[in-house]
Amino acid sequence: MADPLLRVDKLMKRFGGIVATDHVSLDVAEGELHAIIGPNGAGKTTLISQLTGQLTPNAGTIRLGGEDVTHVPAWRRSALGLARSFQITSLLLDFTALDNVALAAQAHDGHSFRFWGDARKEAPLRNAARAALERVGLASRAEVTVSRLSHGEQRELELAVALATKPRLLLLDEPMAGLGVSEASRMVGLLQELRREVTIVLVEHDMNAVFALADRITVLVYGRVIASGEPAAIRSNEDVRRAYLGDQHAVTRHG
Amino acid sequence: MTASLNARAAVAVLVALGLLLLPLYSSASGNIFLLTLFTRIVILALAAVSLNLIMGYGGMMSFGHAAYLGIGGYAVGILAHEGIGSGFIQWPVALIASALFALAVGALSLRTRGVYFIMITLAFAQMAYYIASGLARYGGDDGLTVYKRSDFAGLINLSSRVQIYYLCLACLFGGIYLVWRIINSRFGLVVQGLRSNEQRMQAIGFPANRYRLVCFVIAGTMCGLAGALLANNTDFVSPAAMYWTRSGDLMVMVILGGMGSMFGPVVGAIVFLVLEELLSQVTEYWALIMGPLLLVIVLFGRGGIMGLLGRFSRG
Repeated sequence: MADPLLRVDKLMKRFGGIVATDHVSLDVAEGELHAIIGPNGAGKTTLISQLTGQLTPNAGTIRLGGEDVTHVPAWRRSALGLARSFQITSLLLDFTALDNVALAAQAHDGHSFRFWGDARKEAPLRNAARAALERVGLASRAEVTVSRLSHGEQRELELAVALATKPRLLLLDEPMAGLGVSEASRMVGLLQELRREVTIVLVEHDMNAVFALADRITVLVYGRVIASGEPAAIRSNEDVRRAYLGDQHAVTRHG
Repeated sequence: MTASLNARAAVAVLVALGLLLLPLYSSASGNIFLLTLFTRIVILALAAVSLNLIMGYGGMMSFGHAAYLGIGGYAVGILAHEGIGSGFIQWPVALIASALFALAVGALSLRTRGVYFIMITLAFAQMAYYIASGLARYGGDDGLTVYKRSDFAGLINLSSRVQIYYLCLACLFGGIYLVWRIINSRFGLVVQGLRSNEQRMQAIGFPANRYRLVCFVIAGTMCGLAGALLANNTDFVSPAAMYWTRSGDLMVMVILGGMGSMFGPVVGAIVFLVLEELLSQVTEYWALIMGPLLLVIVLFGRGGIMGLLGRFSRG
């Protein structure tokens, strides 16, 4: 069998006494959309951050296309085809939308030790950036400073930035977070299209979106994988039900 | 937006013209002191422009930038002292020494951020200060007199007040042009992106510290040139040029003029040094007046004088 695009093996991450990622193993095949769900504090973002290299795991391995990238720094993983969007929007707020995306394209077009030419006049970079903006429906907002974009537009821009790096694997950390109903459904539509082009790992709270999109789902609770499989199997899984129901009980009790 | 841009551009053009025409005025009016003062201002403006590259555009708060003024100056002074008078040797040595120092300081200090970065750059500059103080052969604490200015084989005579002024001015304008090209280049966008959001830049594939380090070295080298000019202008170089208050002065010039604005540091240097000159004639406690003045500008004019200009013309 061919190597999966992403293989996570017995990943461990501790913060003091808390085990945020507890022996997580996970395979993501080329072309699939793999969703990771779980209650708040299940360690989803911690897992994503280890995959992208912002955090270093205490044990375990991460392989991308068969290559061990466990200790490869974040910027180099990007060169290997990994892109991420952040749960809390992380953009260059004082740059225009177009600049944000063009920089992502620039990062993957050789080194940037070029000191003389005007980078904003480089047609290939600008065109690639415009294409990515077009892709997410932000073409008309290209010249707007990011801090002036709406939250929904910033979420879409996050996606455009990730796309501009021409990733093989796209890690999306709650792309729907904070979106209104219509914005969220636009995002789902967008992800429907993107999934045909690129392998996606999607962390998301919106269960409707997850079950509409995912080929396979992995459920994390307290840093541990309690189930992994196709949506239908997950829906009927007893452990998953208990985890989510238990969570809900806790919420109502506190509320 | 465009109105504010125009006001700022107008000020920049006026200041540049004023600087260009200053020697005419000073020779017509016989006010030689003015030319001497402004030669010093132009040199320190170049240092401030270089600091602005890392501080304003790169977000690197270096509190040791005066070290390069000293290193550039000592390169000229020491070589002159040892009988090597040619500027074609002195100045490249000044630039290379500054670049190497910046490389060492940057390589270590860029592992840290924020206050730690400020402290480490400060510590390195103070180290340079004490090393210079210990150079007994070259005057130690008392500094080193440069008996002969750099010799450029008849190309330019640095002993002429007007010629050295125009050389300094050419270096300043050249420096500004260089910074302008850099910040609009691929490299410059990366450096500014890192100031804005390092995590994002790493995530899209930029190795942050390499770009920062190169930027740091460029700024240090540029300031080393200012140091070589300063030593020639004052015929003297001493450890005091590297003292931390010197670095503070440079920071004030940048903040006063407007961080991250192309021409801001020049305006900042002029305002700071002219005020210093005027106020110190009035009272020896001139710092008591200068301090609150700076406070007001920083409090009400984020973005410095250039930022204020933008706001007024928009208003």
